[in-house]
Amino acid sequence: MSRPPVVIIDSGGANLASLRFALQRLGREALVSTDHAVIRAAERLILPGVGAAAVAMERLAAAGLDRLIPTLTQPVLGICLGMQLLCEGSAEGDVSCLGVLPGRARRFVPASGRPVPHMGWNRLQTTAGQPLLDGLPENPWCYFVHSYALPPTTATVATCEYGERFAAAMHSGNFHAVQFHPERSGTTGTTILANFLNLC
Amino acid sequence: MGGIIELATRYRDEGADELVFYDISASPEGRTVDRNWVHRVAAVLDIPFCVAGGIRSVADAEAILNFGADKVSINTPALANPALIDELAQRFGSQCVVVGIDSHEQDGSYRVYQNTGDPQLTRESGRETSAWVREVQERGAGEIVLNCMNRDGVRDGYDIAQLQAMRQICNVPLIASGGAGTMEHFSAVFREAGVDGALAASVFHAGSIHIDELKAYLRTQGIEIRP
Repeated sequence: MSRPPVVIIDSGGANLASLRFALQRLGREALVSTDHAVIRAAERLILPGVGAAAVAMERLAAAGLDRLIPTLTQPVLGICLGMQLLCEGSAEGDVSCLGVLPGRARRFVPASGRPVPHMGWNRLQTTAGQPLLDGLPENPWCYFVHSYALPPTTATVATCEYGERFAAAMHSGNFHAVQFHPERSGTTGTTILANFLNLC
Repeated sequence: MGGIIELATRYRDEGADELVFYDISASPEGRTVDRNWVHRVAAVLDIPFCVAGGIRSVADAEAILNFGADKVSINTPALANPALIDELAQRFGSQCVVVGIDSHEQDGSYRVYQNTGDPQLTRESGRETSAWVREVQERGAGEIVLNCMNRDGVRDGYDIAQLQAMRQICNVPLIASGGAGTMEHFSAVFREAGVDGALAASVFHAGSIHIDELKAYLRTQGIEIRP
Protein backbone atom coordinates (compact mmCIF):
# COMPACT_ATOMS: atom_id res chain seq x y z
CA MET A 1 0.00 0.00 0.00
CA SER A 2 1.41 3.38 -0.88
CA ARG A 3 2.04 5.80 1.94
CA PRO A 4 0.03 9.03 2.17
CA PRO A 5 1.47 12.14 0.55
CA VAL A 6 3.68 14.45 2.56
CA VAL A 7 1.83 17.72 3.00
CA ILE A 8 3.88 20.81 2.21
CA ILE A 9 2.45 23.85 3.98
CA ASP A 10 2.30 26.64 1.41
CA SER A 11 3.94 29.69 2.97
CA GLY A 12 3.96 31.39 -0.44
CA GLY A 13 6.79 32.51 -2.66
CA ALA A 14 8.72 29.31 -2.16
CA ASN A 15 10.17 27.38 -5.04
CA LEU A 16 8.85 23.92 -4.23
CA ALA A 17 9.93 21.96 -7.31
CA SER A 18 13.27 20.77 -5.93
CA LEU A 19 11.69 19.66 -2.63
CA ARG A 20 8.95 17.82 -4.49
CA PHE A 21 11.54 16.06 -6.68
CA ALA A 22 13.58 15.06 -3.62
CA LEU A 23 10.51 13.49 -2.00
CA GLN A 24 9.64 11.72 -5.25
CA ARG A 25 13.14 10.22 -5.37
CA LEU A 26 12.36 8.81 -1.92
CA GLY A 27 9.11 7.35 -3.22
CA ARG A 28 6.76 9.93 -1.69
CA GLU A 29 4.39 12.32 -3.37
CA ALA A 30 3.85 15.80 -2.00
CA LEU A 31 0.63 17.73 -1.62
CA VAL A 32 0.93 21.51 -1.29
CA SER A 33 -1.83 22.95 0.84
CA THR A 34 -3.07 25.68 3.16
CA ASP A 35 -6.28 23.78 3.95
CA HIS A 36 -6.76 23.21 7.69
CA ALA A 37 -8.45 19.83 7.32
CA VAL A 38 -5.72 18.55 4.97
CA ILE A 39 -2.98 19.83 7.27
CA ARG A 40 -4.57 18.41 10.42
CA ALA A 41 -5.04 15.00 8.78
CA ALA A 42 -1.51 14.80 7.32
CA GLU A 43 0.77 12.00 8.41
CA ARG A 44 3.69 14.45 8.37
CA LEU A 45 4.28 17.96 7.13
CA ILE A 46 7.03 20.18 5.75
CA LEU A 47 7.10 23.96 6.19
CA PRO A 48 9.48 25.34 3.54
CA GLY A 49 10.09 28.97 2.85
CA VAL A 50 12.11 31.29 0.69
CA GLY A 51 11.88 35.04 1.01
CA ALA A 52 11.21 37.39 3.90
CA ALA A 53 9.95 36.27 7.34
CA ALA A 54 7.38 39.05 7.76
CA VAL A 55 5.81 38.36 4.36
CA ALA A 56 5.64 34.62 5.02
CA MET A 57 4.09 35.17 8.49
CA GLU A 58 1.47 37.47 6.96
CA ARG A 59 0.58 34.75 4.47
CA LEU A 60 0.34 32.11 7.19
CA ALA A 61 -1.81 34.42 9.32
CA ALA A 62 -4.10 35.22 6.40
CA ALA A 63 -4.83 31.49 6.12
CA GLY A 64 -5.19 31.07 9.91
CA LEU A 65 -2.13 28.81 9.89
CA ASP A 66 -0.30 30.84 12.55
CA ARG A 67 -2.81 29.40 15.04
CA LEU A 68 -3.07 25.92 13.53
CA ILE A 69 0.63 25.00 13.12
CA PRO A 70 1.58 25.24 16.85
CA THR A 71 -1.24 22.77 17.67
CA LEU A 72 -0.01 20.04 15.29
CA THR A 73 1.15 16.78 16.87
CA GLN A 74 2.51 14.86 13.86
CA PRO A 75 6.14 15.25 12.67
CA VAL A 76 6.75 18.71 11.14
CA LEU A 77 9.98 19.72 9.36
CA GLY A 78 10.81 23.39 8.82
CA ILE A 79 13.33 24.09 6.06
CA CYS A 80 15.40 27.31 5.72
CA LEU A 81 13.00 30.21 6.33
CA GLY A 82 10.55 27.54 7.51
CA MET A 83 12.88 26.87 10.46
CA GLN A 84 12.93 30.56 11.35
CA LEU A 85 9.12 30.69 11.10
CA LEU A 86 8.87 27.87 13.68
CA CYS A 87 10.93 29.94 16.14
CA GLU A 88 9.91 32.83 18.36
CA GLY A 89 10.60 35.61 15.96
CA SER A 90 12.84 37.25 13.39
CA ALA A 91 14.63 40.57 13.13
CA GLU A 92 13.65 40.45 9.45
CA GLY A 93 10.66 42.77 9.56
CA ASP A 94 10.78 42.56 13.39
CA VAL A 95 8.10 39.91 13.35
CA SER A 96 6.79 37.38 15.87
CA CYS A 97 6.79 33.84 14.50
CA LEU A 98 5.17 30.56 15.51
CA GLY A 99 7.08 30.07 18.74
CA VAL A 100 7.31 26.27 18.82
CA LEU A 101 11.12 26.38 18.77
CA PRO A 102 13.25 28.78 20.85
CA GLY A 103 15.21 31.74 19.55
CA ARG A 104 14.92 34.76 17.33
CA ALA A 105 16.58 35.00 13.90
CA ARG A 106 19.03 37.84 13.37
CA ARG A 107 20.89 39.06 10.33
CA PHE A 108 24.45 37.99 9.60
CA VAL A 109 26.96 40.81 9.76
CA PRO A 110 28.75 40.90 6.40
CA ALA A 111 32.54 41.05 6.40
CA SER A 112 35.31 40.92 3.85
CA GLY A 113 35.39 37.39 2.44
CA ARG A 114 32.09 36.64 4.15
CA PRO A 115 29.29 37.96 1.99
CA VAL A 116 25.62 37.96 3.00
CA PRO A 117 23.56 36.02 1.97
CA HIS A 118 25.54 33.06 3.22
CA MET A 119 25.37 30.81 0.21
CA GLY A 120 27.27 27.59 -0.22
CA TRP A 121 28.41 24.29 1.22
CA ASN A 122 29.40 24.23 4.89
CA ARG A 123 30.04 21.55 7.49
CA LEU A 124 27.78 20.75 10.43
CA GLN A 125 28.68 19.88 13.98
CA THR A 126 26.00 17.45 15.02
CA THR A 127 24.69 16.17 18.35
CA ALA A 128 24.69 12.39 18.71
CA GLY A 129 21.50 10.40 19.14
CA GLN A 130 19.24 12.54 16.98
CA PRO A 131 16.91 10.46 14.79
CA LEU A 132 16.78 13.19 12.12
CA LEU A 133 20.58 13.14 11.79
CA ASP A 134 21.01 9.37 11.96
CA GLY A 135 23.48 7.73 9.56
CA LEU A 136 25.34 10.88 8.50
CA PRO A 137 29.11 11.08 8.01
CA GLU A 138 31.12 13.03 10.56
CA ASN A 139 30.78 16.80 10.10
CA PRO A 140 28.60 16.40 7.02
CA TRP A 141 28.47 19.05 4.28
CA CYS A 142 25.17 20.82 3.63
CA TYR A 143 24.05 23.56 1.27
CA PHE A 144 22.96 26.86 2.83
CA VAL A 145 21.26 29.93 1.38
CA HIS A 146 20.25 32.51 4.00
CA SER A 147 20.85 36.02 5.36
CA TYR A 148 19.31 35.48 8.83
CA ALA A 149 20.24 32.81 11.36
CA LEU A 150 19.26 31.59 14.82
CA PRO A 151 21.67 31.50 17.75
CA PRO A 152 22.29 28.03 19.21
CA THR A 153 19.84 27.12 22.00
CA THR A 154 18.90 24.03 24.02
CA ALA A 155 16.79 22.86 21.06
CA THR A 156 19.75 23.02 18.66
CA VAL A 157 20.93 19.61 17.42
CA ALA A 158 23.46 20.77 14.81
CA THR A 159 25.43 23.97 14.38
CA CYS A 160 27.42 25.60 11.60
CA GLU A 161 29.97 28.40 11.57
CA TYR A 162 29.76 31.49 9.38
CA GLY A 163 31.52 34.31 11.16
CA GLU A 164 29.52 33.19 14.18
CA ARG A 165 28.15 29.82 15.25
CA PHE A 166 24.48 29.40 14.44
CA ALA A 167 21.77 26.76 14.67
CA ALA A 168 21.79 24.49 11.61
CA ALA A 169 19.21 22.00 12.91
CA MET A 170 16.72 22.08 15.77
CA HIS A 171 14.34 19.69 17.46
CA SER A 172 11.65 19.99 20.10
CA GLY A 173 8.87 17.43 20.45
CA ASN A 174 7.30 16.79 17.05
CA PHE A 175 8.90 19.90 15.52
CA HIS A 176 12.13 19.50 13.57
CA ALA A 177 13.93 22.13 11.53
CA VAL A 178 16.99 22.64 9.36
CA GLN A 179 18.50 25.92 8.21
CA PHE A 180 20.14 24.34 5.16
CA HIS A 181 18.39 22.84 2.13
CA PRO A 182 18.29 19.04 2.50
CA GLU A 183 16.79 18.78 -0.99
CA ARG A 184 20.01 20.32 -2.35
CA SER A 185 22.54 18.83 0.04
CA GLY A 186 23.52 15.69 -1.85
CA THR A 187 23.38 12.32 -0.12
CA THR A 188 23.55 13.96 3.32
CA GLY A 189 20.34 15.85 2.59
CA THR A 190 18.70 12.75 1.15
CA THR A 191 19.52 10.83 4.34
CA ILE A 192 18.00 13.61 6.48
CA LEU A 193 14.80 13.67 4.42
CA ALA A 194 14.60 9.87 4.54
CA ASN A 195 15.06 10.01 8.35
CA PHE A 196 12.24 12.55 8.57
CA LEU A 197 9.96 10.32 6.50
CA ASN A 198 10.63 7.47 8.96
CA LEU A 199 10.02 9.43 12.17
CA CYS A 200 7.10 8.21 14.22
CA MET B 1 19.62 15.46 -25.76
CA GLY B 2 19.38 12.25 -23.68
CA GLY B 3 23.04 12.87 -22.97
CA ILE B 4 22.14 15.83 -20.76
CA ILE B 5 20.39 13.67 -18.17
CA GLU B 6 23.20 11.14 -18.26
CA LEU B 7 25.77 13.90 -17.75
CA ALA B 8 23.78 15.52 -14.94
CA THR B 9 23.47 12.16 -13.18
CA ARG B 10 27.16 11.41 -13.62
CA TYR B 11 28.23 14.82 -12.25
CA ARG B 12 25.86 14.43 -9.31
CA ASP B 13 27.31 11.02 -8.49
CA GLU B 14 30.91 12.21 -8.91
CA GLY B 15 30.33 14.93 -6.30
CA ALA B 16 29.78 18.15 -8.29
CA ASP B 17 28.82 20.97 -5.89
CA GLU B 18 26.53 22.71 -8.35
CA LEU B 19 25.33 22.19 -11.87
CA VAL B 20 24.89 25.06 -14.32
CA PHE B 21 22.80 24.43 -17.41
CA TYR B 22 23.79 26.90 -20.11
CA ASP B 23 21.78 27.22 -23.28
CA ILE B 24 24.29 29.58 -24.84
CA SER B 25 22.54 29.88 -28.19
CA ALA B 26 19.24 30.97 -26.59
CA SER B 27 20.07 34.72 -26.52
CA PRO B 28 21.49 34.99 -30.03
CA GLU B 29 18.54 32.94 -31.32
CA GLY B 30 16.06 35.17 -29.47
CA ARG B 31 14.51 32.39 -27.39
CA THR B 32 14.50 31.14 -23.80
CA VAL B 33 16.12 27.96 -22.49
CA ASP B 34 13.94 24.85 -22.97
CA ARG B 35 11.84 24.43 -19.83
CA ASN B 36 11.23 20.72 -20.28
CA TRP B 37 14.95 20.12 -20.04
CA VAL B 38 15.15 22.23 -16.91
CA HIS B 39 12.46 20.04 -15.40
CA ARG B 40 14.07 16.75 -16.38
CA VAL B 41 17.51 17.77 -15.11
CA ALA B 42 16.11 19.16 -11.84
CA ALA B 43 14.31 15.87 -11.20
CA VAL B 44 17.57 13.91 -10.97
CA LEU B 45 19.66 16.49 -9.07
CA ASP B 46 20.24 16.69 -5.32
CA ILE B 47 22.66 19.62 -5.61
CA PRO B 48 22.06 23.30 -6.46
CA PHE B 49 20.95 23.85 -10.03
CA CYS B 50 21.47 27.09 -11.94
CA VAL B 51 19.97 27.73 -15.37
CA ALA B 52 21.08 30.23 -17.99
CA GLY B 53 19.91 31.10 -21.47
CA GLY B 54 17.81 33.93 -22.79
CA ILE B 55 16.07 34.80 -19.50
CA ARG B 56 14.80 38.31 -20.27
CA SER B 57 12.06 38.98 -17.74
CA VAL B 58 10.77 38.22 -14.24
CA ALA B 59 8.18 35.94 -15.87
CA ASP B 60 10.89 33.99 -17.74
CA ALA B 61 12.82 33.54 -14.50
CA GLU B 62 9.74 32.54 -12.53
CA ALA B 63 8.92 29.82 -15.05
CA ILE B 64 12.47 28.44 -14.89
CA LEU B 65 12.41 28.46 -11.07
CA ASN B 66 9.02 26.74 -11.03
CA PHE B 67 10.42 24.04 -13.30
CA GLY B 68 13.02 23.20 -10.69
CA ALA B 69 15.98 25.59 -10.99
CA ASP B 70 17.35 27.10 -7.77
CA LYS B 71 19.01 30.07 -9.44
CA VAL B 72 18.90 31.83 -12.78
CA SER B 73 21.96 33.22 -14.48
CA ILE B 74 21.65 36.16 -16.85
CA ASN B 75 24.27 37.60 -19.16
CA THR B 76 23.29 39.21 -22.48
CA PRO B 77 19.78 40.21 -21.24
CA ALA B 78 21.37 42.00 -18.26
CA LEU B 79 23.57 44.01 -20.61
CA ALA B 80 20.56 44.95 -22.72
CA ASN B 81 18.45 45.82 -19.66
CA PRO B 82 20.49 46.21 -16.44
CA ALA B 83 17.31 46.94 -14.42
CA LEU B 84 16.40 43.27 -14.93
CA ILE B 85 18.97 42.43 -12.21
CA ASP B 86 17.16 44.72 -9.72
CA GLU B 87 13.77 43.30 -10.64
CA LEU B 88 14.90 39.68 -10.27
CA ALA B 89 16.65 40.37 -6.95
CA GLN B 90 13.59 42.14 -5.55
CA ARG B 91 11.23 39.40 -6.65
CA PHE B 92 13.28 36.28 -5.84
CA GLY B 93 16.11 37.49 -3.59
CA SER B 94 19.76 38.00 -4.47
CA GLN B 95 20.55 34.35 -3.76
CA CYS B 96 18.59 33.45 -6.89
CA VAL B 97 20.31 35.89 -9.22
CA VAL B 98 23.61 35.02 -10.86
CA VAL B 99 25.15 37.37 -13.41
CA GLY B 100 27.41 35.80 -16.01
CA ILE B 101 30.05 38.08 -17.50
CA ASP B 102 32.01 37.29 -20.64
CA SER B 103 35.16 39.35 -20.37
CA HIS B 104 37.85 39.75 -23.01
CA GLU B 105 41.27 41.29 -22.52
CA GLN B 106 42.49 43.72 -25.12
CA ASP B 107 45.64 45.80 -24.71
CA GLY B 108 45.61 45.35 -20.96
CA SER B 109 42.00 46.36 -20.41
CA TYR B 110 39.06 44.06 -19.82
CA ARG B 111 35.87 44.54 -21.82
CA VAL B 112 32.47 42.85 -21.53
CA TYR B 113 31.07 40.97 -24.55
CA GLN B 114 27.51 39.99 -25.35
CA ASN B 115 25.74 37.31 -27.39
CA THR B 116 28.82 35.14 -27.03
CA GLY B 117 26.83 32.00 -27.87
CA ASP B 118 27.09 32.85 -31.57
CA PRO B 119 30.41 34.02 -33.06
CA GLN B 120 28.51 35.93 -35.79
CA LEU B 121 26.60 38.01 -33.25
CA THR B 122 29.23 38.34 -30.51
CA ARG B 123 30.14 41.94 -29.92
CA GLU B 124 31.74 44.20 -27.41
CA SER B 125 29.07 45.66 -25.13
CA GLY B 126 30.66 49.05 -24.55
CA ARG B 127 31.30 48.23 -20.91
CA GLU B 128 34.51 47.86 -18.99
CA THR B 129 34.54 44.66 -16.91
CA SER B 130 35.36 46.09 -13.47
CA ALA B 131 32.66 48.77 -13.83
CA TRP B 132 30.14 46.09 -14.75
CA VAL B 133 31.23 43.85 -11.84
CA ARG B 134 30.56 46.79 -9.49
CA GLU B 135 27.25 47.71 -11.10
CA VAL B 136 25.73 44.23 -11.07
CA GLN B 137 26.50 43.91 -7.32
CA GLU B 138 24.86 47.28 -6.64
CA ARG B 139 21.82 46.10 -8.55
CA GLY B 140 21.50 42.96 -6.43
CA ALA B 141 23.40 40.13 -8.11
CA GLY B 142 24.07 37.41 -5.54
CA GLU B 143 26.87 35.74 -7.45
CA ILE B 144 29.11 36.47 -10.43
CA VAL B 145 30.45 33.96 -12.93
CA LEU B 146 33.39 35.56 -14.70
CA ASN B 147 34.14 33.83 -17.98
CA CYS B 148 37.55 34.92 -19.22
CA MET B 149 37.10 34.65 -22.99
CA ASN B 150 40.80 34.69 -23.85
CA ARG B 151 41.08 31.38 -21.98
CA ASP B 152 37.72 29.88 -22.90
CA GLY B 153 38.17 26.45 -24.47
CA VAL B 154 41.97 26.62 -24.63
CA ARG B 155 42.57 24.54 -21.50
CA ASP B 156 45.79 26.30 -20.48
CA GLY B 157 44.61 27.56 -17.11
CA TYR B 158 42.21 30.08 -15.62
CA ASP B 159 43.01 33.78 -16.06
CA ILE B 160 44.46 34.25 -12.59
CA ALA B 161 45.45 37.90 -13.10
CA GLN B 162 42.00 38.97 -14.22
CA LEU B 163 40.24 36.94 -11.52
CA GLN B 164 42.53 38.42 -8.85
CA ALA B 165 41.69 41.92 -10.07
CA MET B 166 37.94 41.26 -10.01
CA ARG B 167 38.13 39.48 -6.64
CA GLN B 168 39.30 42.77 -5.14
CA ILE B 169 36.02 44.45 -6.05
CA CYS B 170 33.66 41.48 -5.83
CA ASN B 171 31.90 41.07 -2.46
CA VAL B 172 29.57 38.30 -3.58
CA PRO B 173 30.60 34.74 -4.48
CA LEU B 174 32.89 34.82 -7.53
CA ILE B 175 33.04 31.79 -9.81
CA ALA B 176 35.97 31.35 -12.21
CA SER B 177 35.19 30.19 -15.73
CA GLY B 178 37.29 29.58 -18.81
CA GLY B 179 40.60 27.80 -19.20
CA ALA B 180 40.46 24.67 -17.04
CA GLY B 181 42.64 21.96 -18.55
CA THR B 182 44.34 20.16 -15.67
CA MET B 183 43.68 19.54 -11.99
CA GLU B 184 46.55 21.92 -11.15
CA HIS B 185 44.59 24.72 -12.84
CA PHE B 186 41.80 24.28 -10.30
CA SER B 187 44.10 24.35 -7.27
CA ALA B 188 45.86 27.43 -8.69
CA VAL B 189 42.65 29.40 -9.16
CA PHE B 190 41.44 28.65 -5.63
CA ARG B 191 44.80 29.43 -4.03
CA GLU B 192 45.93 32.38 -6.12
CA ALA B 193 42.69 34.11 -7.08
CA GLY B 194 40.63 33.31 -3.97
CA VAL B 195 37.54 32.44 -5.96
CA ASP B 196 34.57 30.75 -4.31
CA GLY B 197 34.07 28.22 -7.07
CA ALA B 198 35.57 26.99 -10.30
CA LEU B 199 33.38 26.19 -13.28
CA ALA B 200 34.41 23.92 -16.11
CA ALA B 201 32.64 22.18 -18.94
CA SER B 202 34.77 20.58 -21.65
CA VAL B 203 37.24 18.74 -19.38
CA PHE B 204 34.32 17.18 -17.52
CA HIS B 205 32.23 16.44 -20.62
CA ALA B 206 35.21 14.82 -22.37
CA GLY B 207 36.07 12.85 -19.26
CA SER B 208 39.66 14.07 -19.14
CA ILE B 209 39.04 15.13 -15.52
CA HIS B 210 36.69 13.28 -13.19
CA ILE B 211 35.13 15.40 -10.47
CA ASP B 212 35.68 12.84 -7.70
CA GLU B 213 39.38 12.55 -8.58
CA LEU B 214 39.68 16.32 -8.87
CA LYS B 215 38.18 16.86 -5.42
CA ALA B 216 40.45 14.20 -3.90
CA TYR B 217 43.42 16.00 -5.49
CA LEU B 218 42.28 19.42 -4.22
CA ARG B 219 42.06 18.04 -0.68
CA THR B 220 45.67 16.85 -0.94
CA GLN B 221 46.48 20.46 -1.85
CA GLY B 222 44.95 21.72 1.39
CA ILE B 223 41.80 23.09 -0.22
CA GLU B 224 38.77 22.38 1.94
CA ILE B 225 36.08 20.96 -0.25
CA ARG B 226 33.05 18.70 0.05
CA PRO B 227 33.94 15.07 -0.83
